[in-house]
Amino acid sequence: MTNPNNATITTVHTAEFTAGDALKIPTLRILRDDGSLYDGATEPELDKTTALKMYDTMVFVRVLDERMLAAQRQGRISFYMQCLGEEATTVGSAAALDDKDMIMAQYREQGALRYRGFSLEQFMNQLFSNEKDLGKGRQMPVHYGSKDIHYMTISSPLGTQIPQASGYAYAQKLRGLKNTTICYFGEGAASEGDFHAGLNMAAVHKAPVIFFCRNNGYAISTPANEQFVGDGIASRGVGYGMKAIRVDGTDILAVYQATKMARDYALEHNEPILIEAMAYRLGAHSSSDDPSGYRSKEEEEKWRHNDPISRYRLWLIAKGWLNEAEDKSTIDALRSEILEALKVAEKVAKPGIEHLISDVYKEPIPALQQQLDELKAHIRKYPDAYPITAGRLD
Amino acid sequence: MAKMNMLQAINNALDLAMAKDDSVVCFGEDVGHFGGVFRATSKLQEKYGKARCFNTPLTEQGIAGFANGMAAQGMKPVAEIQFADYIFPAFDQIVNETAKFRYRSGDEFNVGGLVLRSPYGGGIAGGHYHSQSPEAYFAHTPGLKVIIPRNPYQAKGLLLASIASPDPVIFFEPKKLYRASTGEVPEEYYEIELGKAEVTQQGKDITVLAWGAQMEIVQKAVDMAAKEGISCEVIDLRSILPWDAETVAQSVMKTGRLVINHEAPLTGGFAGEIAATIQKMCFLHLESPIERVCGLDTPYPLALEKEYVADHLKTYEAIKRAINF
Ligand SMILES: Cc1ncc(C[n+]2csc(CCOP(=O)(O)OP(=O)(O)O)c2C)c(N)n1
Repeated sequence: MTNPNNATITTVHTAEFTAGDALKIPTLRILRDDGSLYDGATEPELDKTTALKMYDTMVFVRVLDERMLAAQRQGRISFYMQCLGEEATTVGSAAALDDKDMIMAQYREQGALRYRGFSLEQFMNQLFSNEKDLGKGRQMPVHYGSKDIHYMTISSPLGTQIPQASGYAYAQKLRGLKNTTICYFGEGAASEGDFHAGLNMAAVHKAPVIFFCRNNGYAISTPANEQFVGDGIASRGVGYGMKAIRVDGTDILAVYQATKMARDYALEHNEPILIEAMAYRLGAHSSSDDPSGYRSKEEEEKWRHNDPISRYRLWLIAKGWLNEAEDKSTIDALRSEILEALKVAEKVAKPGIEHLISDVYKEPIPALQQQLDELKAHIRKYPDAYPITAGRLD
Repeated sequence: MAKMNMLQAINNALDLAMAKDDSVVCFGEDVGHFGGVFRATSKLQEKYGKARCFNTPLTEQGIAGFANGMAAQGMKPVAEIQFADYIFPAFDQIVNETAKFRYRSGDEFNVGGLVLRSPYGGGIAGGHYHSQSPEAYFAHTPGLKVIIPRNPYQAKGLLLASIASPDPVIFFEPKKLYRASTGEVPEEYYEIELGKAEVTQQGKDITVLAWGAQMEIVQKAVDMAAKEGISCEVIDLRSILPWDAETVAQSVMKTGRLVINHEAPLTGGFAGEIAATIQKMCFLHLESPIERVCGLDTPYPLALEKEYVADHLKTYEAIKRAINF
């Protein structure tokens, strides 16, 4: 009676189950491996500048990942996470947004971050947790964030950004802003309670948020088929009453097209929308992980042929927008540029000791100030034991 | 006896428990074929099959709730929460459900046999989301037992006792010690009684109390103090809940002084509870205020970890303050 949906519920008079697989959501593909378009596919409207910026961003994160993984192995940073094989998901989606749309990411979205203009120096400062890091050296490597470019600082607990994105987008709507929030998460994180809570809140309260699932087949060692049963994550959006689309996450044109449409729709109708991008996590989960313990080389090899960058490169060359020789020299230049920035950042001092207690509250509460004073006195007594801070006490 | 590190001891305990009792099952994120991100459940799926050792979807509230259901049915789920920092999505299931099953039903239902294992603590450059020591939150909840081992021998015996316990247990494992702490461990089944502290060193001038990974740190401080002729009695609490006030009080009545060390922040930490109880039990024997050496009242930092932690030097200073009071 009080359920408005009753009006739309149809009735039958023979008992029949609706099967879990009744909903089969197709995957949008535009670009073939050889850089040509699928029959019947139309390419999204993309100007040359944007198209090349997308390419440059993908190449940047690939080289950055390669370089920083090596740096981790050399013991120069403690930890790293790459996005090998998934560059198109985050770059393609970020390119379809307005620069002021909020990004709430999980941790493997350096593509979106770079596309927004996070500088090489900023990447390095965070990775080396030095005093120039916007996050003041408090978080593990790859937990980036920047207010200037509308990129919410990453939090490690999985899924927590999902209901927050619903709230953020709802507030954007209330404020009359013509902006959306995009919320990235993995198919693993989509199992968290926060995912279900977040989608339901957004659907019920009509928040213009784009939920973007990077389905890369694995959550650490757990394959997607041990993560959920049924037709992936896209169908869950439909279950919560929102529109959903599934795209090939290794096809940047498909990702771009879907996100563009999603953004327009979300803003026009004040509704959430769900995108599921199917890709593969070609690298290890993180620098602490060894995938040989849970998947085969053959499986990885298959996906290597789906490389999102080479496919897009072929398309750009065919269009006459990219020149192969120039491309090679850009990559070489990028490698040395990154190495230089790394060397600079690793020499920058760690944050000062006052940052141990800053930002816990707006102003340190009395207990914290007292603890800091005691700590300083202690360090003065044992300067050798605290080499990072001992020489820099006021 | 065999030489084992803490992970091997935990794995060995799980193996024995599963062999002994069909109702013991292990599950959690990446726990199945892969054996857990730290490899505590290595080979268990191979040995006992996918029904008894399996991966779960990535949902801590799901894991804890599922474990509650299984335990209520009479099985003994040993569920892994991948990092103690990620136990909070399961907080409601643990605090409102696990802890209160028996009480709210007048013992019609209970979840004895349930064990939630989780790596905790810092010292691994993990920043504030891979370093927390959340034992005090759970110690505030009547109905749970909270256990923290300090070495492989304890890890095995306490884990086996936890699985055999008629009450649900939260079992925090110091991940910094997983591979670093090794020792002789009996290969056969044995239990270490829950709720009992262990006096690891006899002394007469002061009692120094800690648990888990902090035991190594206080031992260093105690060794420094010994060089100055200070004789410390050292206690490993092992069980945070229930905790062995009797053993601690007896020691403090002998030494007249107490230093408590823990890794978690000072305010609201379990050291406060211990200090209040011991002050009451030993008031007339105390010769100096009870000292607490703890983490700062801030999230666990990354860059300034050395400064933050309740290290051996801070403990050593506290010992001297108490002695010279
Ligand atoms: C609440 C919570 N539980 C567990 C973890 C540990 N953890 C970090 S990443 C990860 C897997 C995430 O998989 P997915 O969401 O699919 O993203 P992907 O790594 O595949 O990009 C896990 C279990 C965490 N960070 N937060």
